[in-house]
Amino acid sequence: MLEIKNLHVRLEEEDKEILKGVDLTVEAGKVHAIMGPNGSGKSTLSYVLSGRDGYEVTAGSATLAGEDLLEQEPEERAAAGLFLAFQYPVEIPGVGNMTFLRTALNAQRKARGEPEVSAGDFLKLVREKAKTLKIDAEMLKRPVNVGFSGGEKKRNEILQMAILEPRMCILDETDSGLDVDAMKLVADGVNALRDEGRGFLVITHYQRLLDHIVPDVVHIMAAGRIVKTGGPELALEVEKNGYHDLLAEAG
Amino acid sequence: MALPKAKQDATEAFLAQVTLPEGAAWASAARKAALERLRDMGVPVRRDEYWRFTRPETLFERPAPEAEVFVADEEPVFGAIDRLKLVFVDGVFDAEASDDPAMDGVEITRLSQAAAADIHWARELYGVLEARSHADVPRPLAALNSATATDGVVIRVTGKPVRPISLIYLHGDRTSDAVLHHLVRVEPGAEVTLLENGPAAARFNKCIEVDVAEGASFNHVRAQGRDHERRAVTHMFARLAARSVYKSFTLTANGVLTRNEAIVEFTGDDAVAHVAGAAMGHGAFHHDDTVFVTHAAERCESRQVFKKVLRNGAVGVFQGKILVKSGAQKTDGYQISQALLLDDESEFSAKPELEIYADDVKCSHGSTTGAIDETALFYLRSRGVPRGEAQDLLVLAFLAEAIEEIEDPDIAADILSRLESWLARRRD
Repeated sequence: MLEIKNLHVRLEEEDKEILKGVDLTVEAGKVHAIMGPNGSGKSTLSYVLSGRDGYEVTAGSATLAGEDLLEQEPEERAAAGLFLAFQYPVEIPGVGNMTFLRTALNAQRKARGEPEVSAGDFLKLVREKAKTLKIDAEMLKRPVNVGFSGGEKKRNEILQMAILEPRMCILDETDSGLDVDAMKLVADGVNALRDEGRGFLVITHYQRLLDHIVPDVVHIMAAGRIVKTGGPELALEVEKNGYHDLLAEAG
Repeated sequence: MALPKAKQDATEAFLAQVTLPEGAAWASAARKAALERLRDMGVPVRRDEYWRFTRPETLFERPAPEAEVFVADEEPVFGAIDRLKLVFVDGVFDAEASDDPAMDGVEITRLSQAAAADIHWARELYGVLEARSHADVPRPLAALNSATATDGVVIRVTGKPVRPISLIYLHGDRTSDAVLHHLVRVEPGAEVTLLENGPAAARFNKCIEVDVAEGASFNHVRAQGRDHERRAVTHMFARLAARSVYKSFTLTANGVLTRNEAIVEFTGDDAVAHVAGAAMGHGAFHHDDTVFVTHAAERCESRQVFKKVLRNGAVGVFQGKILVKSGAQKTDGYQISQALLLDDESEFSAKPELEIYADDVKCSHGSTTGAIDETALFYLRSRGVPRGEAQDLLVLAFLAEAIEEIEDPDIAADILSRLESWLARRRD
């Protein structure tokens, strides 16, 4: 599904190389987790894949279902099925959450040559998805993420994911700022979307999210590279011993 | 106070070109008095503090600069609203195109008829609020209007007419120079909505004097027309008695030069006045909102909400003042002026002022100039919304606070759709 080869990325403003040759393949139906210390390049990877300005790819490639991602605009990547759940979801005063969701869904459908969803069908769809994430009608009426708690913002990200039904989901520290109950709710939302045709890349500092979203593969990232790959037990090892020993071992 | 020599010379040279319309004794006297006010104040020049950000010359010097007649590719605004239509073409009343002005709860006359009558209530209002206003700041182009206006409508509202009164200003001649003066008296407890739309002329000088009596309500929405080369200088004078409500919203999209002044005075307690505007400029566009609100009574609420979207070198100006006189306790005054600059070439100048002589009041003002929020733009794009559409959504979000000032949902939806299509036409 997602194939990243020897990806090198530089921060445009600081002339600093952040990713130094990342290789990673996420297959359809699988959940991959990336763990790593602060500054290892995890969030940069998510931003580069989703098309945020400010990064320059100096070498390597990233493809989604065989299509070159790096040449596409952010909206084209989204229409192709890529979704990034933000670490810090953005507040947009003046734009209603419902308007936002509907505009996004219909824009993607239009880009794929599919008919727009009618207002009635859309309302039904949102209500159904919102219910399982315990998102009330009030939250849907408010402007995007404005006045939302940390947990509400993350739930809103998962709601968008559920409505847009992407093929490849990247979750950037979706557990940050969540209490145990909120994390459970978010994890349930993600697990409900797991299916054969969909890949996940879960970026996190901590193992605890992975108790709820159990990964197939765990990668350890450090200094802009994937330094170790293993099964779920790798996450437990990080939890127990920290990154230090692992990184020393990886050289 | 004697005028500086240069200004006096410019004024006399200009006045030599001015002739006053004919009328009954009271109207002629009012026009002459207005002309004398203009002579005393002098014509505006750029050195005047009140014209610091906007060049006044082309708003009055003769002949008026020509303006190409714009042929719109959409239905005029308010088309779906059930309204009583009164049509002016280049400032001349078009009876054929207008509706019968008879409607329950309101008496409508043309200014030219009222001014020809020996006795008419219009004499109690014509030029009166305009003349009062100069005590604070000279407004010579309003005096020029009172002196030279050829027509207008004179409206006395006695009840609650079911339909809005809709003034439609068509532009047909590229050299037209129109001067209209309207009077509105809303009697105690009465309510009316006034709509205005269209460019009116190559150059339009318009004045409205509104007297809102106790417990009465005046609602106003206007759209100034999309002609790129048109010029307009407008004044809206309002005097508010106790418990009255005054609400005014203006949409300005295009126009090479526009100066809209709103002058509101609270003379009775517990009244409310909201003045709002949304201005959309692209390229050769200079738009100036100048507002002066005087609180001279207790517990009144005033609100000024002005938003401007500027691109490709467009210029926005806001001058807004809240004056709270001694004794105007419990005043609640609010003012916000904001510009969204869509590129580095556009500019916005703002001069917010508060002058307060009462000790128990709540007044706030804010002014901001900013660009599109790139983080929000990326967030929208990452969800699949194309750049242009995402930017439009953010622009409309920026304008929302001003649009919310329009009370009638149908009218608000109509204005919103104009903004959407204006933006869509300019998508990158």
